[in-house]
Amino acid sequence: MNLFSHPRAKWIGVALIAIALIGLPFALSSVGTAWVRIANLAILFVFLSLGLNIVVGFAGLLDLGYIAFYAVGAYAYALLASPHFDLHLPFWVILPIGALVACLFGILLGTPTLKLRGDYLAIVTLGFGEIVRIFLNNLSQPINITNGPQGISRIDPFSFGSFSFSQNETIGGIMFSGPIKYYYILLALLLLAIVVNLRLQHSRIGRAWEAIREDEVAARAMGIDTTRIKLLAFAMGASFGGIAGGMFAAIQGFISPESFVLVESIMVLSMVVLGGMGNVWGVVLGAVLLSFVPELLRYTVEPLQKYIFGRSIIEPEVIRMLLFGLALVLMMLYRPAGLLPSAVRKRELAKDAE
Amino acid sequence: MSPAQGRESGVLLECAGLDKRFGGVLALAEVGFSIKHGEIYGLIGPNGAGKTTLFNTLTGIYACDAGGFRFAGEPLAGLRPDQIAARGIARTFQNIRLFGNLSALDNVMIGRHVRTRAGVFGAILRTRATLEEEAAIEKRAMELLGYVGIAARANDVARQLPYGDQRRLEIARALATEPKLLALDEPAAGMNATETMELRKLLERVRADGTTILLIEHDMRLVMGLCDRVLVLDYGRSIAEGPPREVQRDPRVVEAYLGGVVAGAPDA
Repeated sequence: MNLFSHPRAKWIGVALIAIALIGLPFALSSVGTAWVRIANLAILFVFLSLGLNIVVGFAGLLDLGYIAFYAVGAYAYALLASPHFDLHLPFWVILPIGALVACLFGILLGTPTLKLRGDYLAIVTLGFGEIVRIFLNNLSQPINITNGPQGISRIDPFSFGSFSFSQNETIGGIMFSGPIKYYYILLALLLLAIVVNLRLQHSRIGRAWEAIREDEVAARAMGIDTTRIKLLAFAMGASFGGIAGGMFAAIQGFISPESFVLVESIMVLSMVVLGGMGNVWGVVLGAVLLSFVPELLRYTVEPLQKYIFGRSIIEPEVIRMLLFGLALVLMMLYRPAGLLPSAVRKRELAKDAE
Repeated sequence: MSPAQGRESGVLLECAGLDKRFGGVLALAEVGFSIKHGEIYGLIGPNGAGKTTLFNTLTGIYACDAGGFRFAGEPLAGLRPDQIAARGIARTFQNIRLFGNLSALDNVMIGRHVRTRAGVFGAILRTRATLEEEAAIEKRAMELLGYVGIAARANDVARQLPYGDQRRLEIARALATEPKLLALDEPAAGMNATETMELRKLLERVRADGTTILLIEHDMRLVMGLCDRVLVLDYGRSIAEGPPREVQRDPRVVEAYLGGVVAGAPDA
């Protein structure tokens, strides 16, 4: 909203960001195509974080099994667009289906559990995430639905008729590689997701979520059907996860239950918390940071060690985790409400500290 | 407009044989009373008499174990709090339960939830109906803040408001749900004499504007001055009902109160 309140300066800022975002994949591909893929995955994680932000940030419900919805979306896409069942529906049909199926799973999880609060809800959602993964692992018998641990491969990429997002193509003298094409469609979907998030936050429903987070008893006494409104948060968050999952399946071309483990749920939650629960821009920042920094480390720490010590002493993965821990401690000490906290959330945490 | 005129239009809330049990304790025992349209009905009694329990039962937070109540002709016992709010009973809380970290304006806007409709799709698409509704919600919320006299505080964080203003804000939030019956749980608690007098004026205005009031209060001067009738509870039973002057002289009431003092449970 206030993005547009100060006309000229704000517009210049928006224009600069837009140019940077449009030019980014070309800059990255000059370093290496791998970086464009990393950027695409980062966008997916921002998307996921925005979905989880609805549940955790807006409605204040701790969900530790969020990756299950991502898995549901990914498998919905994979099953409907791969040789596995020999179905090849177009992506713009499957993504909404994936969102819908994930939404149903959200309601399925939410209906029995939303009477629980805080830690109890967290534990049940954690269990749900594991159940979904274990089902995916084992639904290869008696009827082979998910192909078990082998996963599903040769998943169709996004395509419009003969225009496929996975192939390189030269348009107007500029070479667009597959990942670059994906980058643009992901970016477009992400912008849509941000708009949806912002609009939900500043709406009647967004206020109801805030009310529930603040004081559930008072919210009910004010006529808010808390069960329904919480379920709505679960369903909305799950839909986001479902769409992100579909995009993930298409980009990777291969998925297996291994991609949807608990650590991934924790990772997405960390992105939301690091950036600032409840603040859309904070969540975007958190997700971008946690997607890129580990990759940067991967590419810098190893060569650096080789350069200094002549060999690799500490595995990059170990350093990553060490730095993660350090960052976590520093955050707790200095910015407990996140890098860009929402004003309300900041006050909530300040109160708890009193 | 006069209270007498309102009284003739009949019963708004009728409560009969209401029981509420917590384990072996009978918190409410066969409580029965009726409130007429346009009345200010007081609910008094020593601490632990069951006043707040009765409030919680009437607003759906507790389910009653026996008996029931009809509101505007409809039986409401067993409904959820949000359903009861939608039927037209709004309340405040003894230990103020505002949405403390939100602004005063947001608090009242949340109160409009039950009378508005915009859903997820309206919010995402920003349809004209949604935008108009949103503008109307904000306008009404500002009006209500003005009505209770804290319009200047609209953007302040609720938790940081002075105590008296928090009580007023809770009333504004309850009024935002367009209640037929406004149930206030000790609205004058912690207020000084001036604030209490302003509260009394406010409540008289609310009643004059057509809202019936149910009031729990320990400030006897306020109760005597404001209420048309009072119900006295003691150990979960109603021991007297009637105009305040009469009830005040009722020997059972005197005993309940004085007995309470002797038993070491003085007035809060």
